This record gives sequence, structure tokens and C-alpha cells, in this order.
Amino acid sequence: MNASAGAHPELARAHAQKGFVRRHIFSTDHKIIGLQYFFLALAAVTVGIVLSLLMRFHLVWPAAHLPFISGGIMTPEQYLALVTMHGTIMVFFVLTTAPQGAFGNFFLPIQIGAPDMAFPRLNMLSFWFTCAAFLCMISAFLVRGGAPISGWTAYPPLSGLGDVTGPGEGMGQTLWLVSILIFCFASLLGSINFISTTIDMRAPGMTLMRMPLTVWAWFVTAILSLLAFSVLLAGGILLLLDRSAGTSFFLPAGLVVNSELQVRNGGSPLLWQHLFWFFGHPEVYIAILPGMGVTSHILANFSRKPVFGYRVMALAMCAIGFLGFLIWGHHMFVSGMNPYSGLAFSMLTLAIAVPSAVKTFNWLGTLWGGKIQFHVPMLFALGFVSFFISGGLSGIFLAQPALDTMLHATYYVLAHFHLVMGVAAIFGIFGATYYWFPKMFGRMMNETLGKLHFWLTFVGVYCIFMPMHFIGIAGGIRRYADSTGPAYLASLQPLHFFITVAAFITAAAQLIFFYNFFRSLKSGERASANPWNATTLEWTTPSPPPLDNFDGRYPSVYRGPYDYSVPGARQDFLLQNVPDERYAMGEEHSNAK
Amino acid sequence: MRTTQQAARATRSRSPNRGSALPAVSLALLLILLVAATAYVFIAHLFPAPPPITAAALLVDHQFDLTLYAVGIAFVLAQLGLAYMVFRYRDRGQRAHFTRGHTWMEVTWTLVTLATFLGLGIAGNRVWADLEIAPSSGDSIQVEVTESQFVYTFRYPGADGKFGRLEADLVSPATGNPLGLDPNDPAGKDDIVTSSLTVPVNRPVELLIRSQDVIHNFFVRELRLQQDAVPGMVIPMHFTPDRIGHYEIVCTQLCGLGHYHMHSMLNVVSTVDYLAFLKQQAAAQ
Repeated sequence: MNASAGAHPELARAHAQKGFVRRHIFSTDHKIIGLQYFFLALAAVTVGIVLSLLMRFHLVWPAAHLPFISGGIMTPEQYLALVTMHGTIMVFFVLTTAPQGAFGNFFLPIQIGAPDMAFPRLNMLSFWFTCAAFLCMISAFLVRGGAPISGWTAYPPLSGLGDVTGPGEGMGQTLWLVSILIFCFASLLGSINFISTTIDMRAPGMTLMRMPLTVWAWFVTAILSLLAFSVLLAGGILLLLDRSAGTSFFLPAGLVVNSELQVRNGGSPLLWQHLFWFFGHPEVYIAILPGMGVTSHILANFSRKPVFGYRVMALAMCAIGFLGFLIWGHHMFVSGMNPYSGLAFSMLTLAIAVPSAVKTFNWLGTLWGGKIQFHVPMLFALGFVSFFISGGLSGIFLAQPALDTMLHATYYVLAHFHLVMGVAAIFGIFGATYYWFPKMFGRMMNETLGKLHFWLTFVGVYCIFMPMHFIGIAGGIRRYADSTGPAYLASLQPLHFFITVAAFITAAAQLIFFYNFFRSLKSGERASANPWNATTLEWTTPSPPPLDNFDGRYPSVYRGPYDYSVPGARQDFLLQNVPDERYAMGEEHSNAK
Repeated sequence: MRTTQQAARATRSRSPNRGSALPAVSLALLLILLVAATAYVFIAHLFPAPPPITAAALLVDHQFDLTLYAVGIAFVLAQLGLAYMVFRYRDRGQRAHFTRGHTWMEVTWTLVTLATFLGLGIAGNRVWADLEIAPSSGDSIQVEVTESQFVYTFRYPGADGKFGRLEADLVSPATGNPLGLDPNDPAGKDDIVTSSLTVPVNRPVELLIRSQDVIHNFFVRELRLQQDAVPGMVIPMHFTPDRIGHYEIVCTQLCGLGHYHMHSMLNVVSTVDYLAFLKQQAAAQ
């Protein structure tokens, strides 16, 4: 398992001979690739936030003059382009890229005691494909007709016929689709790498049930990515053929668009929805599972307690991963799908709420009886739990088709998924950033600025998304460019005003994060190897870790990942590579359960 | 040896139990505020859905309330539980209580959650069956709903009770044939085409929902019902309105740049007014 142990001098020499480009740009080192994913996600999230602010602004001041927009006043198609691009960029290039691509890449090999990923060149390739996909996506803004207006779900026929269905549906939609296909391919390469690495590269003694929950999360996420993105890849190719080769996979006969009869025959718009959501629902878990892993990890660390019910936590992630593939139909309750299948999808969806609830109980169980230290990562992990409770519970309404008939496509749905997979996952990313920054860059982030960032963001997020539930229950429809259509929408404008103000304040608070991040990179306090008194293998090696992660001295693992406050131990944490006998533990504690 | 020294060094690097009261109290208070504000909005009915106008919609509201009670209790307990843990177990220099879990506690909360959620699901599915699976009654009024960018067009079968044939290549809104009615089909001669939906009170209505171009939706808040309009499919939907009034029909499925302005009216009128409406429309066609 440890073939490369001792190979490190050669590794270092080989690396030193490479030029700047091979070391820092086309690097095969999983840590550099992780950082590349991180900065790509940072760029993407900045774009995504700016797009959402433009939307929020337009919803409240639709007639305002915006000098940087062509035409001066935002048109409905420009608004819908923002909707599409905000959703796509956030889901693919932030929520998929940061938790898995960035932190997974950087820390999975170190946490299992490996020198690198199983396929370092494949790893580099998957990053550069992702980067190309991002550039391709952004370029959709620049072509004639602008970015697509069909939303991140791109339902045909709207997305399948070219610009006859609307501006942005010409070249913009094609670039969008090509970008998604490249992204899918990159994700497949990445997931194969994660799965192989987890199975093959674990250090001696690192059994499955001694893996940190972060590793479990990345592992399950990689399996989901492999199965989900391959289906989107296939569906995306079919849609591209419908658009460019005149096929009719998703286009039925008799379409009359803009008084123009389309020569298509025999396709089904629902087929796309099935393929899309067969990917799209697992994608929700691809975004959130790593956040769950990080949250468990951080809660244990700063409660100074083992994760409550570790085995159940790992199994719950597997259960969520498995059930996640059986519930895509809950996105389609009102799609025209056979109503009988609604019965099954509803019960399966409620079933997946059980492992999710169990995770929440176990997080509370981890805090219970602890010694809670409120460092910044801990605050974000606690915020994650609160958002996951709120967003998860609102899902119990949507899981029931009888209630979905009134809530579907309203702001209620928007509130639900932004809380549970949007900002919860973002809080997972923030928690991970504050927690692992010392390991990644060898310096500490500023605690005071971090706390300020947390309080403003935590309050701001609730101020943005809680009122959206109420707009939705009252019938406010998402993806509307403004409230001048149906008369009843006017009464909901005060809530929209409140949300927009909260959104701008919350976005401004992110500047604190950016400032803290870049300032700490340059002049943060030097980090020790293990600043949080943590237990897992990444804390046994210097900050930042050397090229082969362990300086040639590869660890052996003697214990589970969360041995905090073990009775009889000299200190309140035991690193995973510490054998029992060095800690003069009482006989009754040596296999403490 | 290296790791031992590192670990010992690390122990000294961060001092515990300093400044844990303020964040603990702040977070606990914020969570209490969150729970209180959310509960207030629901209890005071600040942003209610409009009153339902069918018996089935009333069932939806009951199911909503049932779910709200169950979920509301869980929300309050979980958020306040989090607030309690954060406050009670803040670092005050104590030693953490070592435990790896508690099997019976875990089994209990798993089973309680499972029973609650599946119970809600079964109750909800009974309502769904009433809405969507139960057949519409035999004496219902049929109206065809055709959606296109960005208008609703409604068609009544007329005196013969039969819809005339539609041909896609005859569709021509400019020449007054937005649906593509075949002029050679006698069944279509008396069809009534309108831009809003008028139905009599207390009579079952069956809509046949279709689309000409992209996917649209038919949603009336007071019916608590929405249905996508999918090209290539004719999807039935039925309801029996029991309150006279005018209700907005809106599109909830992103259908293009005019999506936000795609709406129409559902007019529920007395039987007398309905007959007058049909007569007047028949004359106008």
C-alpha cells in the first residue's frame, strides 16, 4: 500500500527539476490541483454573487438605469440569462468544484496517509477540463443573443430548438451545453480518481471504519458523481444533437413556435427531465455530502468529543447516496408524469429524510456534554447545522405531491434549496476554509475578522431566505423578471425589498472574507503543524505539507479518527498515528466503546 | 517521536475556555429569535395563501397544516436544542464527557422520525390520490387549455359536446386561428375559443391541458393546483369550484422571455351567468 514510501528524495528531485509552469500551473501534485480548484471556485462564486445581486436589484427597481447593461434598462431576457447563469455557475462551478475538487483533492490523500492521488495526471487533466468548461460557460455572455434563458435545468423544447424560442437560445445555449459536457467529462475523471485513491492508497491500519467522515463523504460523493454525471453527459449529447443535427430525442411532432411549424417527430420533453433529474437530484448530495463530512469533523474537533455514532454517520451518508438515486421524480410531480409514480417518489423522498435527520441528531449528540470552543470554523459548522435543519424540514412539505401542487416553482422552493444545498454547502466550504487554511497555506486566518464575517453572513442568510418561504406560500413565482404580471404579486413587493437589502448587506460581508483571506495569505500568524489540537493525519505533517505529504515517513494508523478526550490519555486528543502503548492508558479504556 | 513533540507543542499553542461565553450566548439568542420570528409569522398568518375554492383544495390546506404542526415542532425542538447545546456546553474549562454514541437513543430517534415522516407521507398521498388519481366525474364540463408563448387559449366543445380536430400546420394566430382548427371538421364548427376561462360554480370541470411550443404551466392559487402543459401530451386536471369569483391563472414553468407576463383569469360564475356566457360566445364566434 505504501510503495512510494522512501521514494521521496527522487520525487523531490524530479519536482525541483521541473520549471515554474510544471510546478505551479500544469502540476500533478494533488495539493496544487486542490488549490487550483479552490481559486477557480472563488472566481466562480464571485461571478455568481454579482449575478444574484443584479437579479435582486432588478426585482425591486425594474426600471432603474444600469449603465453597464446593453440598452441601459434590464430586459426580461437579460434577467433570465442571469437566472440561468447564476444557477449553473453556482451548482457546477462552486458547489461541485469547491467541496470535492478543492478540499477533497487537497485533503483526501493526506487524511488517508497517501503521497498523492492514484492518477496524478488524470487529476491535472480533470482540473484543466473544468477550467475550460468555466471559460466556455462565461463566454455565453459574449455571443450574439447573450446567455441562455432556459434556467440551469434547460428544459426542451425551450432549450432544444435554437433562437426561435427566445434570445440566448442560439449560440448562448450551445456554449452552455458544450460547457456542461466538458464539465461532466472532467467530473467523471475526477470521480474515478477519488474512488481508486480511497480504495487503494490507504495507509496501513487505515481501515474503512477508521476513515475520517470527510473521507467517507468524498468517497460517497465520488461514487455519486460517477453515476450521475455520466447520465447528464448522455442526456446533454442528445440535447446537443437535437439542437444541431435536427434529431428529435426531446422534441415531439406538431410544435408550432412563433407561428412556425417545426419539423420534428416522436421525441419526449419528459425524457430530458428524467435524465436531467436522475443527475440533478444526486447532484444535490454531491454538493452537500462533503459539507456534512466537514461539519462532523469540525464539530468533533471543537467539542473535544468523538463524533456521536460515527458508524451510523458513515452509514447514513451511504444511505443518502443510495436513496439519492431513487427520488429524482419529486422534481416532476406536476410535470405530467403518471400520478401513480408520485406516490412512490413521495415515500422514497420522505425515507431519505430519515438518514438526514439521524445526522442532525448525531451532530447535536456530538455537542452534548462537550467542551465547545467557538473558533471560526466551529461557528460555520454550527451555522451549517442550523441551515440544514431549516432547509431540510421545509423539504418535508415539498416531498408531498399534494403540497407540491401549490408550492412547486414558487419562492418556497427557492428558499428550501438555497438553505439546504446552497448556503449550507457554502457554510461547509467556509468552515473548511477557516479550518484548513493553516494547513493549506501555513498561516492562520484572523479570528476577529472571521467572526465578524460569520455573524453578518449567518444573520444575513436567514434574512434573505426565510421571507422567501412566505412569498412562496402566498403564490410568488420564481424566475419572473418582475412583479408586473399577475396582480396579486404586487402585495409581496415589501418582502422582496427586505430580501434585496439583506442580500446586499450579506454580499458586502463577503468582502471581509476576501480581505481576511488574502491578507492572511501574506501576513497571517505562522501556523503550527496542529493548531486546532486535532486527531487526523493531515495534522501530523508540517503546515503546509511537503511535496509527498509526509516527508517520506508515511504514517501507520492505530485508532479511529476522533479520539478526543479519551479517558486516561495524557491530553484531550490522540492523533491517528499514535499507538496505544505510548499513552499509558488504563486497561479498561484501551478498547473504550 | 516527532508527532509526540508536535502534539505537545500544539497543546500549548491555543488556550481553551477564553471568550466562549459571548459567542455561545449570541448564537443561542439568534436561534431563539429565529424560532420566535418564524412562529410569529405562521401564527399571525402574515402572508397566507388565499382562501381555497374547492373541497380538494381544503384537503390540501389540512395536509399543509398537519405537516406544519409536525415540522414546526421538529423545527422548534431542533433549533432550540442546538441553542441549548451551544450555551450549556460552552468551554468553561470543564472536561468533555467522553462518549462514542448511544445505540438505544439512536434506534429510538430513527424509528420516531421514520414513523412521523412516513405517516405524513401516507396522509399526503391520500390527498394526492383525491386530486390527481381519482377520475373526474361523468358530468364534468370539459375545457381544453392550449398554452403557447405567452398566452392561454381556452376551447369549449360547443353544443355538440365534441372538440373539432386540430392541425398543427393550420395554426395561425394572425388570421384568427390560434389553435389550428380544421375548417373541414364539422365537430369544430361550434367550438368556442376564448382567452379566459369561465366555468359555473359547483359543477365539476375537467381541463385538458396542452401546449403548442415549449413547456408551460397552469396554476391557480385558490385551487391549490398546478399542472405543466407539455407539448405532445394532453394532460387532464379536474376540480369543482364552490365559490363565485375571479382568480388569476399564472404560468410557473419557465417558458421564455415573456414568462413573467403569462397569465389569464379563471372566472367562476353562477349557472345562469355561465349559460349566458356560452350563448354570447357562440354568437360571437
